[in-house]
Amino acid sequence: MKQKDNPIIAFFASVSLALFVLFILAVTSIIGTVIPQNETPDKYIQFYGEKWSTIFHALNITDMYHSWWFLSLLALLSINLVVCTLKRLPHVWQTVMQDNLETPATRLNKMTPGRTFVFNGPVGEAAAAARALLAKTSRRIREKSTNTETLLFTQKGAWTRFGVYAVHTSILIIFIGAIIGTLYGFKAFVMLPAGATTDHVYETGGNRTIPLGFDLRCEQFTLTLYDTGSPKEFRSELTILKDKTELLRKSIVVNDPLSFQGLTFYQASYQPIEGQLFAQLKNTRTGVSTGLPMKPRTEVSWPGEGVRFGVVYFEETANKTGYRFKIWFTDGPETPSEFWMDLGATAKIERPGATYDFTLTQHFATGLQVAKDPGVWWVYIGCGLMLTGITVAFFLSHRRIWILVTTEHDRTKVLVCGGANKNKLGFEKDFNALIARFANHAQFTSQG
Amino acid sequence: MDSSQLLGITTFILLAASALYIGLFIFRVQGLGVAATALTIVGLLTETAGIILRWMESYRMGIGHAPLSNMYESLIFFAWSIIVLYLFIEFRFKNRMIGAFVMPFAFLGMAYGSYATEFSREITPLIPALQSNWLIAHVIACFIGYAAFAVACGLGIMYLMKARSQEKVGGRATGGLLESLPALRQIDDLTHKTILFGFLWLSAGIITGAIWANSAWGTYWSWDPKETWSIITWFIYGATLHARFTKGWGGKRIAWLAIIGLLSVVFTYYGVNFLLSGLHSYGGR
Ligand code: HEM
Repeated sequence: MKQKDNPIIAFFASVSLALFVLFILAVTSIIGTVIPQNETPDKYIQFYGEKWSTIFHALNITDMYHSWWFLSLLALLSINLVVCTLKRLPHVWQTVMQDNLETPATRLNKMTPGRTFVFNGPVGEAAAAARALLAKTSRRIREKSTNTETLLFTQKGAWTRFGVYAVHTSILIIFIGAIIGTLYGFKAFVMLPAGATTDHVYETGGNRTIPLGFDLRCEQFTLTLYDTGSPKEFRSELTILKDKTELLRKSIVVNDPLSFQGLTFYQASYQPIEGQLFAQLKNTRTGVSTGLPMKPRTEVSWPGEGVRFGVVYFEETANKTGYRFKIWFTDGPETPSEFWMDLGATAKIERPGATYDFTLTQHFATGLQVAKDPGVWWVYIGCGLMLTGITVAFFLSHRRIWILVTTEHDRTKVLVCGGANKNKLGFEKDFNALIARFANHAQFTSQG
Repeated sequence: MDSSQLLGITTFILLAASALYIGLFIFRVQGLGVAATALTIVGLLTETAGIILRWMESYRMGIGHAPLSNMYESLIFFAWSIIVLYLFIEFRFKNRMIGAFVMPFAFLGMAYGSYATEFSREITPLIPALQSNWLIAHVIACFIGYAAFAVACGLGIMYLMKARSQEKVGGRATGGLLESLPALRQIDDLTHKTILFGFLWLSAGIITGAIWANSAWGTYWSWDPKETWSIITWFIYGATLHARFTKGWGGKRIAWLAIIGLLSVVFTYYGVNFLLSGLHSYGGR
C-alpha cells in the first residue's frame, strides 16, 4: 500500500475484525435458539422468573434477531466488508490489468517455483523452442523481445481474482434485499371461509388491517388425506376480482402460491367450520357453477339460476362413522327433488329443464399467509451471485508463467518461473510437468 | 430382499470396511487395504441399491417420493456421500490410511440411523409442506456439505495425531505408526480443500432451504433454531476460511476448527431436532 493507512480505515478493513464479528455472531446467535423468541411476557415470567425476564426484555433477547445490538453486528459486518473491499479492489484491479511483460527480471529471478536452463544455441532459437514447449499446455502466449532477450508470458484465469469480491458483494445484496423487504413489504394472514370474499388481510404480529385493493374469493377448499389419515393436500380455489370482474383464478396448494400485483397468497392452514356444510353446484347443461355455504334446515338460494335447496334432515349412518343428509332441491315450479346423500358424495339431480351435479362437503375456511416482499429478488440474485462467486473463488485460480531468455557469459540462459494465487500444490504439479518437458529437450540443460 | 435388509447389510459392510482400514493403519499389511477398498465399494453398491429400492417401494405403496424426507433417510444419504467422497480421495491421493479416519463416520451415520430409537424408519407419506423439489435439492446439498465436513474432521484428527507424534520426537521421522500417513502439509491442504467443498454445499443447502421456505410460507428466513444453527455453522466455517486465507492459519488450528465445525454440524442436525424445537422438528418424528 502506497498511501499511509488511516487507523480508523485500517480497523474497519481488517480481517481480524471480520473474524471477531463472525465469531460473536456465531456465539450470540445461539441465545435465540435456546430462549424461545417472541413469546408473551407472561410466558417468560412463568419460565424464567421475574428477574430474568426483566433482563431479557432490557437486552431485547425476546426478539434478539431484530434487536438493535444484533442488527448493529450485521451492520458492522457490512461496513467491514465494504471498507475491506474498497481498500483491496484497486490493488486487485491492478494485478488483473497489469502488463506482465513489464515484470522486472529481478522479480522473476526470485519467483518460486522457478528453474533455470542453459540452452545450446542463440536466444532467438531458445525462445522459439521454449514457446513450442509452453504451447503444449498454454494458449495465448505473449512475447516481448529486444536484441538481447526475450520474455514469454502466459496466464489463465486472471478474472477469477474477482470471485471473492462477488461473494462479498452478494452478502451486501442479500442484506439490501432483506432491508427492502422489511421497509416496503409485510406479512399478513387471513382465514377465509369457502364461498366468502375479502378485500383486506391482517398483519402478522401487528394489529393493522391491510386493504388488498381488490377482492379475493375462496371458491372452494379441499382437504385430501392419505389412507393413514395424515394430510396429503390442502387445496384452495382462489379468484381475484375487481368490481365483480374475475381477473385471475388459481388453485393453490402448499409450495405453489398465487401471486398478484406484488402480493403472494400461500396455503398455510385450514379450519373446519362447526355445524356448517358447503354445497357445490354445477348446471351440467350450461356449465355454470357455484359453491354455497349452508346450515341444516335453512333454505339456500343460488341467485340468477332460480335454484333453491336445503338440508331438511340428517342422521347418523348405519355404521356410525358419519352422517347422511336429506336434500330438498328445486329450480322452478315443478315438484322439488328429495334424496339422501353422504358427506363428500356427488349427486346427479335430474330436473325437467336441467341437470345438476350436487356435491356436499364439510364447510372449511382456508388459512392464507399473505406476503409482500419486493426485496426477495435481490435476495435471490445475491444468493446466485454468492454460489457463483464461491465456486470461482474456491476452485479456479489465477496462474501465470514467465519464460525469460537472456544471454549471460556468452551462454543462453532460460528462466522458467511462475505462480498461482491459489491451489499452489496443483500449480506446482503442472509446473513440474512443464519443467520436465524442458529437461527432456535435447538442447535444454537444467541448472538446478 | 427389501430395502431395509439391504441397508442393514450395508451397515455391517461399513463396519467391516472401517475395521479393515483401522487394521491396515495399525498393522500395515497391504492385503488389508485392498480388501478394505473392495469392501467399501461393495458397501457403496449395496447402499445405492438399498436407496433405489426404498424409492421404488415408496411408489409401490402409492406414496412415491425420493428417499430424502426424514431423519433416517437423510442419515443414509449422509453415509452414502461420505463413502463417495472418501473413495474419490483414496483414488486421487492413492493413500488408504485416510480410510481409518473417515470411514468410521460413514459407519456411525448408518448405525445411528438404523438403531436409534428417537425416530421411525418407516416409509411415510409426505405431508403437504414437504412436497417440493426445493426440499430435495435442500437435503442433497446440506448432506453433501455435512459429509464433506465429516471427512474434514477425520482429516483434522489425523493431522493432530501425526503432528503430536512428530513433536514427541522433535520433528524427525519416527518410523512409527503415523509415518505411513500422508505428509502433514498434504493432510493440511486436503483438510482445507474438503472444507471449501463443504462450504460451497452448505451455502447451497442454506439457500435452497430459504427458497423452499419462501415458496411454502412466503418467508425465506425466519430465524427458527434449525436455520439459526445452520448459519452458526456457516459462520464458523466462514471464519475458518478467512483465518486461513488471510491470516495464514494452518496446521493444528485448522485441524481443531475442522473438529469444532463438525460439532456444530452435529448440533444443527441432531441437537436442534431433539434438544430444541422449531419448524424443522418434523425431522424428528
Ligand atoms: C459472512 C461473510 C463472508 C463470507 C461468506 C466471505 C466469503 C469469502 C470467501 C469465500 C473468500 C475466499 C476464500 C478462499 O478463497 O479461500 C473470502 C476471502 C476474503 N474475505 Fe471474506 N467473506 C465474508 C466476510 C468478510 C469480511 C467481513 C471481510 C472484511 C475484512 C472479509 C475479507 C476477506 C478477505 C480480505 C479475503 C481475501 C481476499 C483476497 O484474496 O484478496 N470477508 N471471503
